[in-house]
Amino acid sequence: MPYKTLKAEERAANMGIFKASASGIVLETVDLTVYYNGRKVLDKVNAVFHENRITAIIGPSGSGKSSLLRSLNRLNDLIPGARVEGRVYYRGTDIYSKEVDVYSLRAKIGMVFQKPNPFPMSIYDNVAFGLRVNGVRDENMIEKRVEEALRLAALWDEVKDRLYDNAYTLSIGQQQRLIIARALAVEPDVLLLDEPTSSLDPISTSKIEEVLARLKERYTIVIVTHDLGQARRLSDHTIVLMPDKSGTGRLIEQGPTRRVFEDPINEKTRTYISRSLGLL
Amino acid sequence: MSGGWKLVDSWVPFLLSILLGIPLASLGLLIAGIVLAGYERLSTSFFLNGPSFDPDKAGIMPALVGSMWVVGLGMAIAIPLGVATAVYLTEYVGSKRVSSIILFNVNNLAGVPSVVYGLVALSIVGYQLGLGRSIATGAIALAFLVLPIIVVSTVEAIREIPVSQRLGAYALGASRLQVVLHVVLRQALPSILTGSILAVSRALGEAAPILVISGLIFVREPPSSPLDEFTALPLQIFNWITRPQAEFKELAAAAIIVLLLLLLALNSLAIYLRARLQARLPG
Amino acid sequence: MTVIVYTLVSESIPFFREVSPGEFVLGREWSALFSEKKFGTLPLLTGTFLTASIGLLIAATLGLGSAIYLSEYASPRLRKAVKPVLELLAGIPTVVYGYFALTMITPFLRENVFHEMSVHNALAAGIALGIMITPMIASISEDALYSVPESLRHGAYALGARRYQVVFKIVVPAAMPGIIASFVLALARAVGETMIVTIAAGFRPVLTLNPLEPIQTLTAFIAQASTGDNPYGTIEYRSLFAVGLYLFLIVMVLNTIGLAVSRKYSSRFGGAG
Repeated sequence: MPYKTLKAEERAANMGIFKASASGIVLETVDLTVYYNGRKVLDKVNAVFHENRITAIIGPSGSGKSSLLRSLNRLNDLIPGARVEGRVYYRGTDIYSKEVDVYSLRAKIGMVFQKPNPFPMSIYDNVAFGLRVNGVRDENMIEKRVEEALRLAALWDEVKDRLYDNAYTLSIGQQQRLIIARALAVEPDVLLLDEPTSSLDPISTSKIEEVLARLKERYTIVIVTHDLGQARRLSDHTIVLMPDKSGTGRLIEQGPTRRVFEDPINEKTRTYISRSLGLL
Repeated sequence: MSGGWKLVDSWVPFLLSILLGIPLASLGLLIAGIVLAGYERLSTSFFLNGPSFDPDKAGIMPALVGSMWVVGLGMAIAIPLGVATAVYLTEYVGSKRVSSIILFNVNNLAGVPSVVYGLVALSIVGYQLGLGRSIATGAIALAFLVLPIIVVSTVEAIREIPVSQRLGAYALGASRLQVVLHVVLRQALPSILTGSILAVSRALGEAAPILVISGLIFVREPPSSPLDEFTALPLQIFNWITRPQAEFKELAAAAIIVLLLLLLALNSLAIYLRARLQARLPG
Repeated sequence: MTVIVYTLVSESIPFFREVSPGEFVLGREWSALFSEKKFGTLPLLTGTFLTASIGLLIAATLGLGSAIYLSEYASPRLRKAVKPVLELLAGIPTVVYGYFALTMITPFLRENVFHEMSVHNALAAGIALGIMITPMIASISEDALYSVPESLRHGAYALGARRYQVVFKIVVPAAMPGIIASFVLALARAVGETMIVTIAAGFRPVLTLNPLEPIQTLTAFIAQASTGDNPYGTIEYRSLFAVGLYLFLIVMVLNTIGLAVSRKYSSRFGGAG
């Protein structure tokens, strides 16, 4: 539903997004403000996320990147002391409105965390978990989807002979791909990833980057990363968050990745990027 | 798909809270029942008399005195022994291996059924050493029973003392013993005290080892020396419970009320002391 | 520790010279204090385990349920208020529980449910035992549940799982070793408990699994034999120690298993596998 595209385009013009590169907008936040125990961590963030694109969220630590991500699938609800103001629209619906079933929402907007957190069960059961809790009972279907998900995550070949081994026997790089498979099994629309490769070695990192690059054909991907090289390599759009003097995160720039990196509008973006990349 | 589970999801905490409520309710029932049954038997004669075959004349005096003797003596053994062990463990033992072995043993001691303490004390102290089925024997059994409580609480307290305190004392030229006495023990004192009080309340309530050691004799007079035979409050309660007549069950309830009040007082004292003394120490 | 073992063993050795260990462990009749003596401990053993198992069943249900509720559902205020009360339950002297069993539980059951039940029976003792060890299970299990990493819960919620699914399919299984450890340790405690069973379960060492009848446990025998006049050195005296040794070994084995399981648990969440 082309909801709010007009306003989005207005904002996009202000932010410098070229209309031509914008595909449909799947998620957007309107004046999103987040508080943890009274402390404001994000202030009036207006971000857009495009369908079938990879959007990277970058910024120094403490700029609220994870908080922004967690607001998109309402995982913030679970954190005591967290308060959200403003709106988040997923395909036109305000996800914080009373009619929304947060559980189905989370199946549509999946999340992968920084440190892999496999459940204490077999590889197969880990991937099947999401399906089972969402009511899928047909074992044949579960089997099919598990295999599909593992293939998409480029893990199938490595585990197909040991699906019933405990998930903890996988290496950490494999575990992270398992988590991705687990999220994919429920056939989400959007995949949120919070620094998915920061705990991994370079080889596992590049494997996962390959996976993500392929996945964007089917999914909308949002990835928080502090690795600017990764953001540049992978993403189509970039959102830059920066803490202000009082420590509250603000969105200071967003747009096509190439432009944000090569010709940023905001001075702070330029400083941040050149300083971070200069260190490498 | 997700609709039906909203129902289950809301029932679960309700059912679980019932499970939680049952033991709590039992506690309430228990106390109510005891108070109702025993309340009328509480009188001054109850406190001053000894046991008798006439329920209206029976009292808990020898049992109370016996308890105080045996617990008091037991603590007099357990506290120094426990604190010394704890200090030895934390201050003097260098290797982690030795201290973890000792701690392991201490923890195991805590799992031993209380009757066994009675048996062992009876054999060694009572018979081999010839002290007989007396208060002294009982005291030793209780001492070892509560030893783990004292050792563990003291060790924990000592471990919490920042190293800087000790370094400060050493830097001023204090000897090891002085540091231990003046710095370490001083700061661990509140915990040692509360640990001791908890140990006392444990020892007061233990009937099994006392039963083994002292037997179920009819003790008319309160004991006057550590070598006397004796009875203790929980044992007297046991005695009365096992009598068939209903009046004795009432007496038992009354004695239980006394016991519980004593324990309540002790535990409140422990909580109060902990709060008070904690406030006085540096942060 | 060694002192305990040594004493128990040394006092028991003369006993075992007269009675074969085989008969001791497997024999079915126990009449140590009568004129015609038999020393088969099987009736005592079944008595002990009958009451202890009833107790464990009750405590496992109540304790685990309470632990799950406190750890996953209750507000921090409620938890703060309830935990000390549970600790209180654990601090009540066991004679009082015995009183509870004999004067309140048994009459209640006899009047309302089991009219055929005898005054001394294993069920009431088991129930009282169960309530006594519930705090132990509740406290250890709650610690185990509490230490399951938050990331596991978040991962499950992120897939759209509902609360009870997260709790029962992820958190509880993850905490299982700690929970099992609590069961084993509580069982050990129940086995070693003396006063409750002596007061409420009876003095009839008979091989039966019927909880409505009187039985005698290992600990109750020790209590009984202590109250009589068994001079030092007689076989009655020594039987006291033989039973004590037996009891001690059983409890120690259970405790060791319990501690081993809980130690294995603490290394579970370290690192990738």
